[in-house]
Formats: sequence, structure tokens, C-alpha cells
Amino acid sequence: MTDETSAAPATGPASATQMPAPGPDTRLALAGQSPWRDVGRQFRSHKGAVLGLAFLILVTLFCAFGPWLWPVDPGDLDVRNKDLRPIYHALWDREARVAWAHPLGSDNLGRDLLASLIAGGRVSLAVGWTAMLLALVIGTGVGVLAGYFRRLDGTLMRLTDLVLALPLLPLLLVMMLLFRDSLRAAFGPETGIFLLIVAAIGVTSWMHTARIVRGDVLALKEREFVLAARSIGTPARRMIPRHILPNVMSPIMVSATLGLASAIITESALSFLGLGFPSDFPTWGKLLFDQTDRMADFPERVLWPGLAISLTVLSVNYIGDGLRDALDPRIRGR
Amino acid sequence: MLAFTIRRLLLAVPTLVVIGLVVFLLLDMAPGDPLADQPLTIPPEVREEMRRALGLDQPSWVRFGLWLYQFFVVEPQVAVDHLFGTSFSEGKARVISWQFKQPVMDIIAQRLPQTLWVVGSAYVVGVLIAIPIGIVSAVRQYSVLDQIGTFVSMVGFSVPTFFTGVLLIVVFSVNLGWFPSIYDTQLQVTDWGSFLQQLRQMALPVFVLALFNAAQISRYMRASMLDNLSQDYVRTARAKGMDERTVVLRHVLRNSMIPVVTVIALGVPSVFGGAIITEQVFKVNGLGQLLITAINANDLPMVQTLTFIFAVLIVLFNLIADVLYGVLDPRIRYD
Repeated sequence: MTDETSAAPATGPASATQMPAPGPDTRLALAGQSPWRDVGRQFRSHKGAVLGLAFLILVTLFCAFGPWLWPVDPGDLDVRNKDLRPIYHALWDREARVAWAHPLGSDNLGRDLLASLIAGGRVSLAVGWTAMLLALVIGTGVGVLAGYFRRLDGTLMRLTDLVLALPLLPLLLVMMLLFRDSLRAAFGPETGIFLLIVAAIGVTSWMHTARIVRGDVLALKEREFVLAARSIGTPARRMIPRHILPNVMSPIMVSATLGLASAIITESALSFLGLGFPSDFPTWGKLLFDQTDRMADFPERVLWPGLAISLTVLSVNYIGDGLRDALDPRIRGR
Repeated sequence: MLAFTIRRLLLAVPTLVVIGLVVFLLLDMAPGDPLADQPLTIPPEVREEMRRALGLDQPSWVRFGLWLYQFFVVEPQVAVDHLFGTSFSEGKARVISWQFKQPVMDIIAQRLPQTLWVVGSAYVVGVLIAIPIGIVSAVRQYSVLDQIGTFVSMVGFSVPTFFTGVLLIVVFSVNLGWFPSIYDTQLQVTDWGSFLQQLRQMALPVFVLALFNAAQISRYMRASMLDNLSQDYVRTARAKGMDERTVVLRHVLRNSMIPVVTVIALGVPSVFGGAIITEQVFKVNGLGQLLITAINANDLPMVQTLTFIFAVLIVLFNLIADVLYGVLDPRIRYD
């Protein structure tokens, strides 16, 4: 993807060995370095991935600390200042109603769009991260168990195939419908729906991770170091965390990025279909959905949440791309 | 190959039954009452009678068996009757929708053409866009065209269809006024003018779905072409003096299409899934919209049947992909 010149020729391990007199200690130091430093270098040479990571960090910080920077309650109804246009609108339209109190405008109930975006981002990102982690834990668990214990392999992989054959979006919608009321009653409207969405996305998106991890574990089991570890009597409960899991981290990390992207999209799709969070509880998808009826007059209200979703997912996908390149030893070090 | 196909077909039956059972058990937990929309003045014993008429007093395994029988025996019979004017299904109960009080399959048959038109043409357009982009990206790897193609496919892959749809509506139907934003299902294609109108109202939803599909397929196409371009047979073909055009379009393309064709087949069910969202954006009253309204109206037989049809599509196209892979690639032997 990237050209060789940008891949830091002075520090690469290949060029280190070509140096006239590197001295044994430098070489030792290089050999002793963790492989993650190599990965980091390769990752930094992927421009899209670096940009994506920067954007993701920016968005995360913006959503995490936004309420302190912009201390406006997203649920606050400022009825006198409803239907304001964003402040930049004044640049080309002198008559537009704008106010510095609402830099991105306000909606038909006078709620501040910037504050809603921050609040929505907090929820969307939180759902994305937790659902991704849940899917990752389930997927890795199933994959490692199926790959390591031959007795479980058949059953677990049949289960994976079965879940893959389920129509997931309809089932997600059905799950939202079925458990919404009972969870809302048990945990309150916000926590209940949050748990439901996270659980629903988590249990419907672990299958690809499980398949990839199982394949890698099967291959790892044939390697000498696993044989050596087994020959000194390492039981499975120590073998898996110490020898197996660290070696399947790279596919897990790549599928983590894919999982985060798809979890954010799924959450906003559910909200967009009206089966996500309750209406006074903003998420990016919900903001987009609520304002589609007025998008002809106020396009910015669908534009900003939509851009937020799209750019976040795009940057996560670029991070995944860069990670995949960086973690693939066949491309690394070029 | 035939033995493999038959074996896979036989294996698909228990898979589908288990999926049907999973969906059924999930829906069985639904809190809703199908008689909730009936007036409160109905006396309790009549209400009980109505429940019995809907079969709700039976244990769940009887209802599941009944649904299986109706879906796999009665509904095909109805279809045969409809096609050939026979009367196999006379007097047999069909799956009835609670919200429409009509057989579920009749409503699905009414809604299916809209979905098929939009989804089908979107997929064809998507594939037609994706394959040339993939070929050019691979042949001119790292060129400007490749960078643009990769970027566009990344964007198409990342931007959710509900946002692309909304964006296109704002630009093309609100500001420019070129295309209608709402799909008119009443439109009958009778002459040239109405055909053009049909094309115009299909343009936006088809474009949204096609962009999404093309993004995925072109990535596979590029990867597959790159895999093949470095093979020995390509060098041989070039060495014997074949011009580049023949090498790429005859030798590499045909071999690269093998995995891509299976990806295309595997993608069909997810396109139907994606159409659920697109139909909601453009207000196409197809199957996806039917599913959403059925979920909101607590119409369990409809939800059950539609979800099951989506599952059938997934299993069917998985099977088609496997069989195609074996047919196209003689190196693959299943037996």
C-alpha cells in the first residue's frame, strides 16, 4: 500500500543487518525488542490508518470531555430559540436565524444540536465498544475452545454455522421488540435498552471471530513450542492463556476493529428503524432518524450525525486495514 | 457433484427446521396479545373462543408443528392451485396475518415484486460497477485509479445506507428535484413515459444499494485479481507473446471470477437484509417495510414467516455458492 521510502529505512531490522558494523549489542537490542514495536512501525507507515486512529481518538475525546467544553444539557428545551440554523449559515444567508448560543443550530423543540451530538456520540461509542468487546469475548472463547478441545469442535462449529445462517437484522429487530419492556422495567429506560442493544449486537456478531480464532488455534496446536509446553505437563488452563491466546492476538485485534465498525453501524441502524433507544435519549442514529422528516428544510440536522457515524466507521475501518497490514508478517518490514 | 448437492440439500432441511424453531421460540416469548386490538366489550367467553379459533390455546410444540405444516405443505399447495387451477388446498387453514386478517403469503406475494425490482437491479448494477473497478485496480496496482477505487470502496463500505440514502434525497430530490424521494408502488408501467418514471423513482434506492454492494465486491475482485496476476501461468502466457489484454481478460479474469462469483452468491441474502433499511428510507413498501410494520404491530405469524424466508434465502444461497464453487473450479472436489 505505502511506498518503501516511507517505511523508515534507518530503523528497519533488515537495514540494521545491512549496516557495515552494527556491533553485537545493537543487534541484540533489536532482537530483544518486542515484535509490537515492528507492528507499530508498520502501522505508522499506513497513512490512512494513522489518520483514522487520530480521528477516532479525537472523536472519543470530544465525546468524553465534550460535556465540560460545551456544558449545555442536550435535553434542554430552549423554545424561544427553536429551529435555529448553524452559525456558519450566516456566511451566505444574511437572513438566517443563527445564534452563538447554538453554534450548530437547534431542533424543532429548541434542543441544542452540538450538545445532542456529544451526548449521542457518548452513547453510540459506548454501545460500539461494549458490544464489540462482548462479541470478541464470545468469539474468542468459542474459537479457542473449539480449536483446542477436539471434543467440543463439532458442536461449537455447528452452532457457529447455525447462527451464521440466522437472518440477523430481522432477529435483532425481534429481540428489541421482545425484551425492551421487561429490561426497561428491570434496569430503567436507559440502562435497560443499553444492556439489550449491547447484548443483542454481541450475541449476533461473534461468529467470524470464532471461525478465524479456531483456525489459528488449530494451526498453533501443531507447533513445536506447544508440543514442548505440553511435554512438560502444562495443563490446558495454563496453556491457553500463556501460549495460545498471545499468539492469536493479531487476528483478534483485526476482527475487533471490524466488530467496532459494524457495532456502531448496527446500533445506528436499529435507532434509525425506530427500535433503538427511547426518543428523548439521543444517539447518532436516533438524531438522524428523528430529523429525516425535516431534512428538506434543515439538512444540517441529518448531515452532522450522519457524518459523525460515517467518519467514525471509516476511520475504524482504516485502522483495521492498517492493523491487518502491520500484523501480517509477510508484508511487515518492507 | 450431484451427490454433494443432494447431500447438502438434505442437510439444509434440519438446519432450516432448527432455525424455524429458534425464531418460533423467540417469538413465543413475545408479550403482545393478538386480540389486544379487539373491542373491550367482547365477553370473555367469546374472547376465549376467538383465541381457540386462532389456535392460541394449544401448547407451543403443536403450534410450531402446525406452522411447519402450513408453511411447507399448505402454502405450496395454494401456489400449485393458483398456477394450475387445481384444488389441493381447499378447506385447509393457511398462515393468517394478525394485522391484515389475510393469509401471510398473499401479502408477501403482493410486496415481493417491489423488493425484487429494487434489490435485484441494485445487485446487478453493483456487480456491473464492481467488476471493472476491481480489474482496473488490480492491473494498475498503486496507481491513482487504484487509490481512488480503494478509497471509494472504503467509503461505500463504511457509510451506512441510511445516511447515503438521506444524503441523496437531500441533494437529488430536494435541491435538484431530479428524482422523486418516495417510491410510488401504484405506478403501472404501460408506456414509455411511465417506464421512464419507474426508472427515475428506482434510481436513488438502487444507487444506494448498488454503491454498498459494489464497495464490497470490488475489494474481493481486486484481491482475487492480484492473487492470480502473480501466478506462473500468467508469466507463461506473457512469455509466449500474448498481448496484455488477452492475458488479463481471458486468463486472469476467468480464474479470478471463481471466488468472486461465490462472494456474489453469498451476498444476495444480506442485500435483502440491507433492503430493510433502504426501503424504510425511500418508503418502498416491500418485504423489509412489511417486516418493520409487522414487528411494530406485533403480528407474530407475519414476523415468523418473513424471518424464516430470510433464513431460507441465506441457507439456499450458501448452498448455491458451494455448488458454484465446485462447478467453476475443477480443482475443488467435495467427494
